[in-house]
Amino acid sequence: MYVYDEFDSAFLAQRVAEFRGQVGRRLDGALTEEEFKPLRLMNGVYLQLHAYMLRVCIPYGTLSAAQLRRLAFVARRYDRGYGHFTTRQNIQYNWIKLSELPDAMAALAEVGIHGIQTSGNCIRNTTTDPFAGATPDEIEDPRLYAEIIRQWSTLHPEFTYLPRKFKIAITASKHDRAAVRVHDVGLRLHRRDGKTGFEVMVGGGLGRSPYIGKTIREFLPEEDLLSYLEAILRTYNLGGRRDNIYKARIKIQVHELGVEAFAKKVEDEWAQIRDGALRLDADAIDAVRGHFVSPDFDTLEDRPAALVAALADPAFARWHENAVEPHKVPGHAIVTLSLKPVGGPPGDATADQMDVIADLADQHAYGEIRVAHEQNLILPHVRQKDLPALWAKLKAIGVATTNVGLVTDIISCPGLDYCSLANTRSIPIAQRITERFADDARIKDIGRLHVNISGCINACGHHHVGHIGILGVEKKDQEFFQIMLGGKANAKARLGEILGPAIPESEIVDVVERLVETYLELRTSPGETFIAAVQRLGIEPFKERAYAPR
Amino acid sequence: MPLVKDGAPIVDPYVKVEDDAALPDGPVLVSAARLAAEGEAVFAGNRPVGVAWPNDRDVAELAPHLPRLSLVALAFPKFRDGRAYSQARLLRERLGFTGELRATGDVLFDQLLMMTRAGFTAFEVKKAADAAAFGGALASYSIFYQPAADGRTTVREARAAAAAPAPVRVAAKG
Repeated sequence: MYVYDEFDSAFLAQRVAEFRGQVGRRLDGALTEEEFKPLRLMNGVYLQLHAYMLRVCIPYGTLSAAQLRRLAFVARRYDRGYGHFTTRQNIQYNWIKLSELPDAMAALAEVGIHGIQTSGNCIRNTTTDPFAGATPDEIEDPRLYAEIIRQWSTLHPEFTYLPRKFKIAITASKHDRAAVRVHDVGLRLHRRDGKTGFEVMVGGGLGRSPYIGKTIREFLPEEDLLSYLEAILRTYNLGGRRDNIYKARIKIQVHELGVEAFAKKVEDEWAQIRDGALRLDADAIDAVRGHFVSPDFDTLEDRPAALVAALADPAFARWHENAVEPHKVPGHAIVTLSLKPVGGPPGDATADQMDVIADLADQHAYGEIRVAHEQNLILPHVRQKDLPALWAKLKAIGVATTNVGLVTDIISCPGLDYCSLANTRSIPIAQRITERFADDARIKDIGRLHVNISGCINACGHHHVGHIGILGVEKKDQEFFQIMLGGKANAKARLGEILGPAIPESEIVDVVERLVETYLELRTSPGETFIAAVQRLGIEPFKERAYAPR
Repeated sequence: MPLVKDGAPIVDPYVKVEDDAALPDGPVLVSAARLAAEGEAVFAGNRPVGVAWPNDRDVAELAPHLPRLSLVALAFPKFRDGRAYSQARLLRERLGFTGELRATGDVLFDQLLMMTRAGFTAFEVKKAADAAAFGGALASYSIFYQPAADGRTTVREARAAAAAPAPVRVAAKG
């Protein structure tokens, strides 16, 4: 975990005081709503359908047990006893009063968390692999660089009023768990000739004009990370479109200029600043590294007797197979907590659940918790010998559903139940799919399958990169859903293809089931995943069955 | 519109001159178009000259004129349109402009500190109350995470100073 020092804490206190003043000026009329809006957005405060919403930043998805307890406190004290984890590793509260917001923020700031830059046309929370610092397949812990970017981008005086929002994601592993190719800037950490650096991808993103990010530099040495980002942002700030909100993301600038011309502008700008004050020498990187406290891992054996004995229980073995991943340190494991119970809203956790999870993190997992972009929580450092006891306690609070990575591990936006932009509801569709596929043996047989639901074209549920993507559209005041097939968000990211005409709300779950049945019939073997079958067969056989008259 | 320069309210000495009008005595503010069209002629006479530069035009074009310009006025047509922040930094940090850099347009309290950090030294503040509270706007933060045009101490520098004497690096990273 990155540990805040007196500078970070003083900064946060100043930020809370500033916002308290802004709320006061809004309430007494000195600030118009138009003037206040970007200010509140940059503190994570939205005005939604029913109330103000507070989006709290969880930097690169890492939380301490104390911070999670404080999130639970805020849920209980200022909201209705729950919070919603988002695809950007953040948490949202949906029912907070404007007058109480500064107090809620002050409560969060005491444990070093805040809503800064979780919205607005600025550089947002840098996201990364939720397994960072724990997975054996990473080159280096990417959170180090995410933190360096967090500091540089916090209240950046040049890049706070950009044409549009700006999202950066980093991965340091062969298995991209951060979807870096669908971000404004994606960074893939790798090594060349013994040096650490990044492949830099620009112009990815979903929304109404989805693009896969394009590589503009194969290898950027780590010391140049910030100067290169500053060159990209400056090129965007000066040249990005501001005439049309739907064409204002950097992906449109990259697309309209062409990636070579865009890259040249960046490189020309970078040449002027690369040796300046942003250069990260080894001392500067080490200074940030020094603020990260790694768990003092116990010396343990892999597959201890307690674990082996527990694996004789088929229910435990099933959970172990589904939710537990290898750890870089012997005797430890990474555990995913499914926030996708059958019939529940994806990504929600109650204050009581958060408190229990915080306690379990302290007891079994060195006090650390992560938020995954799939809207699940993760205990990144669990002692293997503790897994049976942990499982029992997770089951008791309903976060041990064995559906991680499976058809009911649905990514969904909040949809029309909360959001003022949505065309349709999303959560009830997700809930009904989880009910249809409630049978554990069946979802296990279906295997890896990502379903993503967005209630409008803004694509917060990332439907373009779902193996099955579902997009809500409104036709004559009725809810319809368009289906996309074959998208994926990993290192070989691609966008799904539209299956055919939009489907009425009453039939959407049946159609999803037909797509799954088509896959089960046509797969060459159980080893061929849904996405592999779609890539081999194309969408035609799926389309035929989905729209076959009944 | 109140003008605040170097932290204090002042009366604007510059006279904005239409493109087809003769230049009066005393400080003048001309358009980018006039500067481009007339070039050297604008600087004839000993009066201070400023230029109003739009936010969609490359400030590098100003380079040959900067030594003789005493003022560059940059524009915020809406406070959400942040192009002039980049222009300001380029003028200060790359082109070495040391004269008055003025923020014009939708200039509000909550952006004054960022504008200052980007290199602005004068502000045509839209609301009188904001101008009166100018000092408070700059005092709202003492912690700054990134270098900009203002030379304020960054967190990185402050941490390094607090950690002095600098730790000796025992071994280079492998």
